[in-house]
Amino acid sequence: MSETLMPLWEVFIRNRSGMPHKHCGSVHAADATMALQAARDVYTRRGESVSIWVIPSSAITASDPGDKDHLFEPTASKPYRHPTFYTVPDEVGHM
Amino acid sequence: MSMGAAQLSTSADSSGSPGRAPQAAAATLFAYVLSLADDALVLGHRLSEWSGRGPTLEEDIALSNLALDLIGQARLCYAYAGEIEGRGRDEDALAYLRDEHAYRNLLLLEQPNGDFAMTMTRHLLYAAFLDPYFKALSASADNRLAEIGAKAAKEMAYHLRHAAEWVIRLGDGTEESHARVAAALDEVWMYTGEMFEMDAGESALSAQGIAVDRSSIRPTWEATLARVLAEATLARPTDRWMQRGGRAGQHSEHLGRLLAEMQVLHRAHPGASW
Repeated sequence: MSETLMPLWEVFIRNRSGMPHKHCGSVHAADATMALQAARDVYTRRGESVSIWVIPSSAITASDPGDKDHLFEPTASKPYRHPTFYTVPDEVGHM
Repeated sequence: MSMGAAQLSTSADSSGSPGRAPQAAAATLFAYVLSLADDALVLGHRLSEWSGRGPTLEEDIALSNLALDLIGQARLCYAYAGEIEGRGRDEDALAYLRDEHAYRNLLLLEQPNGDFAMTMTRHLLYAAFLDPYFKALSASADNRLAEIGAKAAKEMAYHLRHAAEWVIRLGDGTEESHARVAAALDEVWMYTGEMFEMDAGESALSAQGIAVDRSSIRPTWEATLARVLAEATLARPTDRWMQRGGRAGQHSEHLGRLLAEMQVLHRAHPGASW
């Protein structure tokens, strides 16, 4: 498949109102309208969604896997950043 | 028996031919519901022939989704038709154990898939009709048909959108895609007239508010096609002699082969399930 004619789109689905859109996969499509339809056809077949976003994969800026040492490793030694010292009341719901 | 059929019997009773009239009315309603079912099943089967052969993975799944919508509509209609008939025929008996000449589907829907442009063109022409048709049917005086119409209208709205977007892109695409979709439009146009035909039985049901007057759908159909074809840079074919006969069981050579493939398993292993 030609990446020029049918580029890749990242698909984000919102399962329920109030929840965030989550990345669920990608589709090939000629343009945004067709990408939305393809996403609907491929990723919402079992009635699990209320909203879809599609974004050109080329529009995503990704971190370099080679940078993981200085981007992510330093946080491993900082457990105090985890909010595990708090009790979240049930009424808060999803955080 | 549904409330709708009961209403129908009541109105037929009051027409002054006790005894025979309800039977005649039931036969008319049966024939009408059966034609809706046959339309849905034949086109659904046609689209299912794309499974595993779609032009892209995404479109392969999309075509199967469309097929399943139609087969679902067919099942609802066959089940209801079987109840109206009251002779114990269920949806399987009606779908798998009737021959070509007993099928009442439109000729348009049995036409071979051809290339992708042909499949989408056929689908556009039909979905542009069926979407407003089912919306109108959702107001039927027959509750079961109203329910089927309401459910199917939502499905057909997406069918129309999907087929229209593809026809627009094929028509306004490359020289080759334009040529293919233009040829497809020209080839199947002669099957579109049959969508708007009604026999005496269907006309009677329409007069009672049970069926939808097919001619009332034409303005919407024309407007949809005008919009889509203009965007697709395609010309609406001029009306000419129209093929007909599907509703009377006179089919093209293609339906027999379709049914042979669709029915062979059930006929070889009656009642098989898995």
